[in-house]
Amino acid sequence: MMSIERSRAISIWKNFTKGFLRENPVFVLVLGICPTLGVTTSAVNGLGMGLAATFVLVMSNMVVSLIKSLVPDDVRIPCFIVVIASFVTIVDLVMSAYTPALHAQLGLFLPLIVVNCIILGRAEAYASKNPVWLSVIDGLSMGLGFTFALTLLGGVRELLGSGAVFGHKFITGDGILVFILAPGAFIVLGYMIALVRLVNKTD
Amino acid sequence: MKKKEPTFLNLVTTLFVATFVSSASLGFVYEVTKGPKARAELNKKIEAIRNVVPEFDSSPFDDKTERCQNERCITLYPVKKAGEVVGTAVESWTQQGFGGEIKLMVGFLPDGTIYDVEVLDHKETPGLGDKIDRKKSDFTRQFQNKNPGAFSLTVKKDGGSVDAITAATISSRAFCNAVQRAYDVYRKESSH
Repeated sequence: MMSIERSRAISIWKNFTKGFLRENPVFVLVLGICPTLGVTTSAVNGLGMGLAATFVLVMSNMVVSLIKSLVPDDVRIPCFIVVIASFVTIVDLVMSAYTPALHAQLGLFLPLIVVNCIILGRAEAYASKNPVWLSVIDGLSMGLGFTFALTLLGGVRELLGSGAVFGHKFITGDGILVFILAPGAFIVLGYMIALVRLVNKTD
Repeated sequence: MKKKEPTFLNLVTTLFVATFVSSASLGFVYEVTKGPKARAELNKKIEAIRNVVPEFDSSPFDDKTERCQNERCITLYPVKKAGEVVGTAVESWTQQGFGGEIKLMVGFLPDGTIYDVEVLDHKETPGLGDKIDRKKSDFTRQFQNKNPGAFSLTVKKDGGSVDAITAATISSRAFCNAVQRAYDVYRKESSH
């Protein structure tokens, strides 16, 4: 009895931690690359975008898992998209009302969460086949993994590109500007994917 | 639980219910956030006006006037202290930015001298063009207390008086263009 509970706890823990390294949506699954490259010019932007996506991911996974047996297979994709788009719009409205500065920074990328492959991917591959609470954990895991990746990417680009950590500059003048621009995003992401693969291999 | 049969009626009802519930909840959230959203935008504008003109005690929205051309408008907010006009904030724009539109709030003293300039909205490159924002660099400071009558609002490269941002000449030119537009409208208004 005890061991069953323990193995269950372990599998929940594994389910939760998979998003950080083993199945990290950015570094391993390489999903949602458009917002990843676009918004990660600073750590704060990455964090904000990640948390917004996490909220959408958790809520949509929950709702998709709840309605999975009510929705016939033929119309499941449109239904999932409607669910996801609703949550994205809610996040967009709430952020524009209560955090206008961050909303202005994330700009176009916020509504683009709708087409973020991670969210529909998890709805289709996980939430539509698993019970509600497991889907919520999956959403949380993937979302926080996404946030972790974006913040790390944004942090490194900000550090190299403008010589700052979370907006606090510690050098005068400019950093290595290319890291703030689009090519820098590809370069940093490439090295990070290589690094994460190395870590995953040695595990 | 068994999946629903994919009959025509089932498909239609499912989609209808999904879209209905979603639009109802969106309508609700929209109503709830409408007030705070409008307040946030208003506060941002008042804050910008406060930053570009001398101290005032009137409400800038009472005396605002709009000058429109080709469906684009420039808004003037005259501000008063003890009944006397102490400055005018002009909301201006340009399409010539590196990333498209730039919106500025330019403050003028009654004699046409620029008091200060603040960027309201821009899509310039982070680390380069975004230095037009005064939080990022001292670029806007060179416009303070300059009268565009004597201070030519073009970058030095083009024979003007403005020190452009290194590696962001396009953004600097666009900034000057928006300030010039604000000045032109302000001149025309105040000469009446």
